[in-house]
Amino acid sequence: MQAVHGTVDPAEIAKFEAMASEWWDPNGKFKPLHMLNPCRLDYITRQVAEEFARDLNGSEPFAGLRILDIGCGGGLLSEPMARLGAEVVGVDAAERNIPVARAHAEQSDLQIDYRHTTAEAMAADGEQFDGILNMEVVEHVADPLDFLTVCGQLLKPGGIHICSTINRNPKSFAMAIVGAEYVMRWLPKGTHEWQKFITPDELFDLLSKAGMTPVDRKGFVFNPLSWQWSISERDLSVNYVTASLKPA
Amino acid sequence: MEHDSDIVIAGGGLNGPALALGLARAGFSVTVVDARPAAIRAGDNFDGRGYALALASQRLLRRIGVWDRVEANAQPMLEIKVTDGRAGEGPSPFLLHFDHAEIEEGPMGFMLEDRFLYRAFQEAMHEAPRITTIHEDSVVAQAPGTAGVTVTLASGRQLGAALLVGCDGRQSGVAMRAGIRRTGWGYGQTALVCAIAHEKPHHGIAHQFFMPPGPLAILPLPGNRSSIVWTESDAMAARIDAMEDDDYLAVLRPRFGDFLGEISLAGERFTYPLGLTVANRFAAPRIALVGDAAHGMHPIAGQGLNAGLRDVGALVQVLTEARRRGEDIGMIQVLERYQEWRRFDTQALAMATDMTNRLFSNDNPLLRLGRDIGMGLINLAPGLRRGVIREAAGLTGDLPELMRA
Repeated sequence: MQAVHGTVDPAEIAKFEAMASEWWDPNGKFKPLHMLNPCRLDYITRQVAEEFARDLNGSEPFAGLRILDIGCGGGLLSEPMARLGAEVVGVDAAERNIPVARAHAEQSDLQIDYRHTTAEAMAADGEQFDGILNMEVVEHVADPLDFLTVCGQLLKPGGIHICSTINRNPKSFAMAIVGAEYVMRWLPKGTHEWQKFITPDELFDLLSKAGMTPVDRKGFVFNPLSWQWSISERDLSVNYVTASLKPA
Repeated sequence: MEHDSDIVIAGGGLNGPALALGLARAGFSVTVVDARPAAIRAGDNFDGRGYALALASQRLLRRIGVWDRVEANAQPMLEIKVTDGRAGEGPSPFLLHFDHAEIEEGPMGFMLEDRFLYRAFQEAMHEAPRITTIHEDSVVAQAPGTAGVTVTLASGRQLGAALLVGCDGRQSGVAMRAGIRRTGWGYGQTALVCAIAHEKPHHGIAHQFFMPPGPLAILPLPGNRSSIVWTESDAMAARIDAMEDDDYLAVLRPRFGDFLGEISLAGERFTYPLGLTVANRFAAPRIALVGDAAHGMHPIAGQGLNAGLRDVGALVQVLTEARRRGEDIGMIQVLERYQEWRRFDTQALAMATDMTNRLFSNDNPLLRLGRDIGMGLINLAPGLRRGVIREAAGLTGDLPELMRA
């Protein structure tokens, strides 16, 4: 937060606020994320609440929990976690996202520690978290096993790691790349490389090798009739999410 | 921005307090701004007005702690009889008969005098934690922003909240200030409303007579009394309204018939011009509209309050789910979920009510024959009849949790 007020000039802040409103515009270029977000939040909040025996109907149910949001972007997940009372650190490898996310948190009256850094650098500093959100990131990293191993190191014993990504099969290729990037133009062309997609079994295997215990997996399914996403027990054929724990 | 409460509600009628109680029960802090003084709201005199509460509405009132306070004064509606008729001619041979015994959920609804409902709301609000009521003040300005909405009252007082809900009626100031336009039209009809005492018991049966100038509803109140909603053309209604009580009853008698014996007035007389007004949007950033502020309906089947309570149930559920996710409850993405949920229902109901009225407020012999045959057919088909009963009980469509069994 200090950087925005301390060293950046007002014109820069105005620019970041404009970019923040772009990130947070439900009909803007991040529309697909906004559409998916309630579903992602439902999954994350239920898993975290269950793991730490918190009541989501109470006020600030995540108070006392330290949560890391990897690939935080404009703060679409970090802000809800902060609103639920968690102490949130949001990191993004894209430097330009950090002041944008800070500007929006400031406007929303939320305290969030946004940093331009990597999971590797945080692990080297000995940072520890109760929960790690790793949403739609693993399909973009160079070496998923190295990356997940670092995530495991960042987790306190008994901590929870939520990881979502895209399955690898002909349907996911059709939906995520042809559909989302070329037909609907939801995402810029070249956002995804199909070869980098990971199947749920492969991800469970990687999570185990990274020192975590996978405990749950569900699908995120888009219904073109209701134009909404929902969580599915069985259909993990395109978008899916996993929860894993670090043994205590 | 430090919020005084999570939500500010403009309007202290029925939907405002119902929403406040539903939200407080879900853990939100609420401030209700009511233009009228508390004493008037808690008044004890029966003024002749009553509400036909659908079963779904009754369930919601039970959950928010209001029903137990009014139950003793409520009249269950056990049957509904619908007749096509013409004044002085008596009912046509075709009669629609809906009996609650055909569905398992219970009575189709309840009749309740409004004095009991207002008082119960006042008491429940007073006892509820997290509700603050500001009487004799009103919202005059609203400034939605990134972290909340600043609401300015006529007294100059300012309130900060995450969300402002307009429960402020058909001429909603909240909607107007948010730039939300309305679509609406009048019917050229006025409803005459009164309570009558009658000689014979009504046995919990509600009657709806469809007559050329408009429908006449006879809704059972406790004891040998019924609430009358009687629709006439604007000009005729004005003439009837100007009459002395004796002449008024003399006009009513042939329409009413003699099946309940001798009738007399049991309260004041009221008139309500009928019209439909629907807001083009039910939500804007940090603003939501509920009840008549969103949709003012033709009160043919007492659907106004029932529709408003359905808004209440839907909004409470949408906001509760949003808060559990950590979402900002005032952001448009959240409020649009409420709008989508309610707009479809509202348009369907407004259209059905409008069509029913246009079809039945007509003396065309072909139309009369057609609708009489239609009514006879509905009567012959138990499945169709049960569908209508469930519709009247408010049990169809996507029910909010507060209205489920």
